[in-house]
Amino acid sequence: MQWEVVIGLEIHAQLATQSKIFSGASTAYGAAPNTQADLVTLGYPGVLPVLNQDVVVMAAKFGLAVDATVAPRSVFARKNYFYPDLPKGYQISQYELPIVEHGHIDLTLDDGSVKRVGITRAHLEEDAGKSLHENLDGKTGIDLNRAGTPLLEIVSEPDIRSAKEAVNYMRRIHQIVRYLGISDGNMQEGSFRCDANVSVRPRGQEEFGTRTEIKNLNSFRFVEKAINFEIERQIEVLEDGGKIVQETRLYDSDRDETRSMRGKEEANDYRYFPDPDLLPVEISPEFLAAVKSAMPELPQAKADRLIEQYGLKAAEVEVLTASRAMADYFEAVAASADAQLAANWVCGELSGALNKDNVDITDSRVDAAALAQLIQRISDNTISGKIAKEVFAAMWAGEGGADEIIAAKGLKQITDSGAIEAVVDQVIADNPDQVQQFRDGKDKVLGFFVGKVMQATQGKANPGQVNQMLRDKLKS
Amino acid sequence: MADPRHTLAEMARLLASGATSSRELTEAALARIAAADSELNSFITVTGEAALAAADRADAQRAAGKAGPLTGIPIAQKDIFCTAGVATTCASRMLENFVSPYDATVVERLNAAGLVSVGKTNMDEFAMGSSNETSYFGAVRNPWDAARSPGGSSGGSAAAVAAGLVPLATGTDTGGSVRQPAALCGITGFKPSYGRVSRYGMIAFASSLDQAGVLALTAEDAALIMQVIAGFDERDSTCSDQPVPDYTAALEQSVAGRKIGVPTEYFAGLDAACAAATHAALDVYRQLGAEIVDVRLPNLSLAVPAYYVVAPAEASSNLSRYDGIRFGYRAAAADDIESLYKNTRSAGFGEEVKRRIMTGTYVLSAGYYDAYYLKAQKIRQLISNDLAKCFEQVDVIAGPTTPTPAFRLGEKTDDPVQMYLNDIYTVSANLAGLPGISVPCGLVDGLPVGLQFIGSLFDEATVLNFAHVFQQQTDWHTLVPGGAG
Amino acid sequence: MAITRKDIEHIAHLARLEVSDAEVPAYADKLDKIIGFIDTLEQAETAGLQPMAHPLQMSQRLREDAVTATDQRDHYQQNAAETTDGLYIVPRVVE
Repeated sequence: MQWEVVIGLEIHAQLATQSKIFSGASTAYGAAPNTQADLVTLGYPGVLPVLNQDVVVMAAKFGLAVDATVAPRSVFARKNYFYPDLPKGYQISQYELPIVEHGHIDLTLDDGSVKRVGITRAHLEEDAGKSLHENLDGKTGIDLNRAGTPLLEIVSEPDIRSAKEAVNYMRRIHQIVRYLGISDGNMQEGSFRCDANVSVRPRGQEEFGTRTEIKNLNSFRFVEKAINFEIERQIEVLEDGGKIVQETRLYDSDRDETRSMRGKEEANDYRYFPDPDLLPVEISPEFLAAVKSAMPELPQAKADRLIEQYGLKAAEVEVLTASRAMADYFEAVAASADAQLAANWVCGELSGALNKDNVDITDSRVDAAALAQLIQRISDNTISGKIAKEVFAAMWAGEGGADEIIAAKGLKQITDSGAIEAVVDQVIADNPDQVQQFRDGKDKVLGFFVGKVMQATQGKANPGQVNQMLRDKLKS
Repeated sequence: MADPRHTLAEMARLLASGATSSRELTEAALARIAAADSELNSFITVTGEAALAAADRADAQRAAGKAGPLTGIPIAQKDIFCTAGVATTCASRMLENFVSPYDATVVERLNAAGLVSVGKTNMDEFAMGSSNETSYFGAVRNPWDAARSPGGSSGGSAAAVAAGLVPLATGTDTGGSVRQPAALCGITGFKPSYGRVSRYGMIAFASSLDQAGVLALTAEDAALIMQVIAGFDERDSTCSDQPVPDYTAALEQSVAGRKIGVPTEYFAGLDAACAAATHAALDVYRQLGAEIVDVRLPNLSLAVPAYYVVAPAEASSNLSRYDGIRFGYRAAAADDIESLYKNTRSAGFGEEVKRRIMTGTYVLSAGYYDAYYLKAQKIRQLISNDLAKCFEQVDVIAGPTTPTPAFRLGEKTDDPVQMYLNDIYTVSANLAGLPGISVPCGLVDGLPVGLQFIGSLFDEATVLNFAHVFQQQTDWHTLVPGGAG
Repeated sequence: MAITRKDIEHIAHLARLEVSDAEVPAYADKLDKIIGFIDTLEQAETAGLQPMAHPLQMSQRLREDAVTATDQRDHYQQNAAETTDGLYIVPRVVE
């Protein structure tokens, strides 16, 4: 049987605020346990939540970025359940009236076609704390530093049809929240994580199959692997005549499999109701207009503009717009150097070096101004492109700026035609056989001569000049 | 020397004139508590030392010319308000050993105004009750008749004021918990509009209904304290930033030509003697030139059942934080997290609290939410609309505060619904968020009964004004339990 | 409607309250009275009424995003039954 896969993602993006969603406790990552758990975080008797303005602005930005409706009125509700890392016995979330609804993003698939994935809603809520089990004598320790950190939960329509599409979608959302500056997107620290709802159905069937929910996927790779495992598992069960049980599953990356979370399977009844400690959040047209005017350029718009403004190719632009920092870097280089060369270098040598040393563009060891200087030296024929790579490596190693390195290492190109001519003459004289071959019509031999000349000049001869001179002399 | 029935206003005058000191007033209050409270049980915690230290500071302030009008007057705090460094129990085993690390806004403001807290008063556990019998620390006795309930949930505050232990105590009113005990103890109980006083640091029972209030000897005293505690607080999202008027300035306004609405529904099934007391009180206003107008509250009978859906629903969620982990009682010997929760909560909460948690959980649970919770919210709107309609015609609504005078301890503990029906005249103001006051207006079988005024939203001034005018004309508020007034 | 033993057990579990077998009849009796009482709401005509969640017609106030709290862990943990190295301790939770 032909099976069709149906996937919906719930992405949790931690919002990049200084303080918590409902209190003035810090959200900084990595503090000693419970040192960032104030009375509101701890759910002390008598304390009350007051909403952080920035989370509303951030949610509204996201809504605008995905062409969604930003609700003029949204309501916080309580989701009631007991868990030791949930201090009040309820999570403040949004239920019936979320702040963002009815958005979408367009994905470019491998075949170049465009696919629209609907975003059902995005709502604000507070994160829970963490349970720790190590070195506690068989007991569990609760750290509530993370509790109360603002989250934006972004819920997609079940429009996704493969694990690859799911990753594509998640990357786009990741890119958008980072462009907007509303989340650091740090997946290792759990600032960006997702739950995947997966089901399969016979191709052509209208109604959805029974779905399972895979919880807490915190890397793009795990999303792809977990979903693929789950698809295989479900098809196997169904083809063996079995039934899929609607349940929550956990992905075990060590074993590359998903496992049922038994024990958490009791029927949950969250008893949602509007939180009486909080009033409806109202967003006026003026507020929204102010948010809109402060929106940064979004990935798609930026890509279109880079193609238009600099005459770049789509493939290059995709690399350059992967993050706002990358695009900013490129534009800073292109401001004082040839744009095409800038694109080549940012996508090529620079990206390679960043990846190799696992360094973020914002911490690049060669800044935009330094790279621009290097590219200028190519453009003004001080060095060849090949020598430039050597100079770049030295710059990356911290040996100084382009001009400094060129001078120190004597890499300045030889453009004195007298000096080049002497070398060319010598090479021709040394290789009579190859001279004959060229004269017999074997044009390719020219490369041999160029190589010899460059070798003799340690690469410093201007390649264009060498080429021209060789042609002239060999033909005569 | 301090007369136990000196009002706040009188004490302020005595202090200002130098006729007495805060130390003297505070020592007298502590002495009266020591003498009377083993019988009354109106205090859970008495903070004698801290009170005397505060009194000395107040006297020093006064000597330095830095005293405010109320500096140095001893009062008591209902044990639902968090007080830094002092046990805050909410009359529950769950918080028996809980020491709050912070002050409630109400406490902070009263402290800042120089009032001296002598202790924390007894109450129904987590304010859930109308008789003060649900307290983990035992029932409070009514100073008028020790076999009777003082009402609840602010029964300790009411009894302490009625017995002359302190001139004033704070309270909270979720469904009548200030006004009903005030009526049953023969004192003045004032509940401001929802949002007028910060709820920060007031341990939550039902967040959309809870409001801090005052148990006092007179409406004037209530106005004086309101001036201190009312007003915006950035720590409570539901606290209003409406400017606070000068409540004392409005007290003396004439009621001539103003309209008092009396809902006809109030008198169906009301005890005849209570009805007579109410009518007699209304006659006082007639003589002052006010116009008594019949109004209708056709949905009055729905108020109590709606309240007993909304309040337990919110309470069931508010009380989930008591899990034995971060604060409060924790049951010993729990092998797993589920038994830690269940053992802790079952032993930490009393019967009525558990019943309300169960009721609230039920009405919010899948399949019942629409039929109960949502329906009750619609009825809340209906009742609010009915009241708003009344205020198109009249300045205030008046009637009895309770259907009967104080009932006997134990009389209603077997039937929760009979107990709940005690709130029939008071809950509507909470559902709609309106200000209300109860003032003593007579004796029935030797027991005090109250006259209640309800005002429109944020119009505390009118309610206090009507109550004050009555107290200028009558002596009911000066009657003392035992008849020595 | 009558509250069943199963209802009591289900609600008690949701609320994390222990109700022993012996206590069930007493709970059922009182809850029955309460539910019977609030069932009177059913007959009320509420068509066209908006549910009223709150007495105030106000919207949520927003606070500036600023860290105002300081670390007071040791002070706060004085109220806790059991802590180790700054963690609140509970019996083992199986995930």
